[in-house]
Amino acid sequence: MDRSASKLIARLDNVSLAFGERVVLKNCSLDIVEGAITCIIGLTGAGKSTILRLLDGLLLPSSGHVYVRDQDLCHMSEEQLNQVRRKISLSFQFSALLDSLTVGDNVALPLRERTKLSEAEIRGLVMDSLESVGLTNAYDNLPAELSGGMLKRAGFARAIVTGPELVLYDEPTTGLDPIVTNLITDTILKLRQKLKGTAVVISHDLPSIFAMADYVAMLFEGAIIAYDTAERIRTSTNPILVQFLQGSEVGPIPI
Amino acid sequence: MRLLDRFGRATSGFFEYAGGLTLLSAESLGFMGRLRIRVNETIAQCALLGVQSVVIVMLTGLFTGMVISLESAQQAVSYGFGGFVGGAVAYASIRELGPMLTAVVVAGRVGSAIAAELGSMVVTEQIEALRSMGLEPTRFLVVPRLTALLLMLPLLTIFADVVSIAGGMWVAQTYAHISYDSFLASARQSIDFSDVLKGLSKSFAFATIIAMVGAYQGLSTRGGAAGVGKSTTGSVVIAIILIFASNFVLSFLLFR
Repeated sequence: MDRSASKLIARLDNVSLAFGERVVLKNCSLDIVEGAITCIIGLTGAGKSTILRLLDGLLLPSSGHVYVRDQDLCHMSEEQLNQVRRKISLSFQFSALLDSLTVGDNVALPLRERTKLSEAEIRGLVMDSLESVGLTNAYDNLPAELSGGMLKRAGFARAIVTGPELVLYDEPTTGLDPIVTNLITDTILKLRQKLKGTAVVISHDLPSIFAMADYVAMLFEGAIIAYDTAERIRTSTNPILVQFLQGSEVGPIPI
Repeated sequence: MRLLDRFGRATSGFFEYAGGLTLLSAESLGFMGRLRIRVNETIAQCALLGVQSVVIVMLTGLFTGMVISLESAQQAVSYGFGGFVGGAVAYASIRELGPMLTAVVVAGRVGSAIAAELGSMVVTEQIEALRSMGLEPTRFLVVPRLTALLLMLPLLTIFADVVSIAGGMWVAQTYAHISYDSFLASARQSIDFSDVLKGLSKSFAFATIIAMVGAYQGLSTRGGAAGVGKSTTGSVVIAIILIFASNFVLSFLLFR
């Protein structure tokens, strides 16, 4: 896929962001290609999740711009941001399901609150969404009754139930065994096929990343230092990438 | 310099807190004014925050009425003023102790529960999840709790008033041999309907304080489980201080 010729769905333009004295992003730019899966890799605490929150308008940058479909999120009211968020779904690292609601009610929540669909229609969409992630049996379970992998998939079901154009996955495979990790990776690929949409995935799991990514971006010291197709990133000679991908303690990345 | 620095931080912290609380209250009342209220959730909160507080509120009211009566009845009878005991108990219960003690008990039970629930939702990213779905956490979580307390606290106060007077009447009759008729006649002479309404109007103010302080403390939680604990304790302390302070102001304005 040639990134320069592709249509962009979202874009970070020279974004900087600091929490107090701690600078997280520094003149960071990133293009999100429509219809592709873009994985962001980087050290723990590098600011990868912050990028997802910027794309969803949950955080605003100290300087620079965040565009979704050419609309600048930095100059929007909360109401306008809510309109944009209806096209985007964020799947959280720890799922963030409302623990007072059953899985079915959690998945139904955005439909109940944002649409005028009947209960029968909502139930149909919820079952469809749960079926996509293999969780139809968990409809009446509370989140506390699910395993880690099931929680992640329930979070996916809630993220996709409204048919978003852009799905943001925050560390979908962290803390899971290899079999469930494969299941989650397959689920993300299946969902991309089903939604025909765009996904941005943050992960530390390299086999999973190279199994699903069209593009990979490496975040290092607050900026994207490499961004290319998954194959080119895998074979890159950039010493930072080489050290990161090999998991080596020796190299330019300070330990 | 250090003292000045501390003073400056404390002052800016106070104004930040007051501003945040005012904004959250204005936003919540704005949603209520536009009738953007989740009815089912409000009914559930009425049961959770109101109905489940009935026993503790009635017990508090009962023993408060009994102790006022116990303290005043023996003294009053010994000086020949036994006929005023009913008035004293009803006066204190309806105008001051009923609304205030009910609010204090509810702040301890309900305000802390609101802060703990919302605080744990913050640290588990559930609030952020609501925002990412394009839902307003204030409308979704705060408005139902505020509406429920505005409905339930005046009702709880009425229960507390009634039980307090009943408890006082029983003690007056048992220990000072003041008849029920005499007690009630005295109560009716001391209190009129406007006193009941003024007492209840305090409950609306206290309900707003309890709900908004609990919600604000919960939503501004930082730092995991320890942060939730801090928010919960803070919600009770701040709500009780504000209840006492506003009770003075309201009594000054209403009963002058």
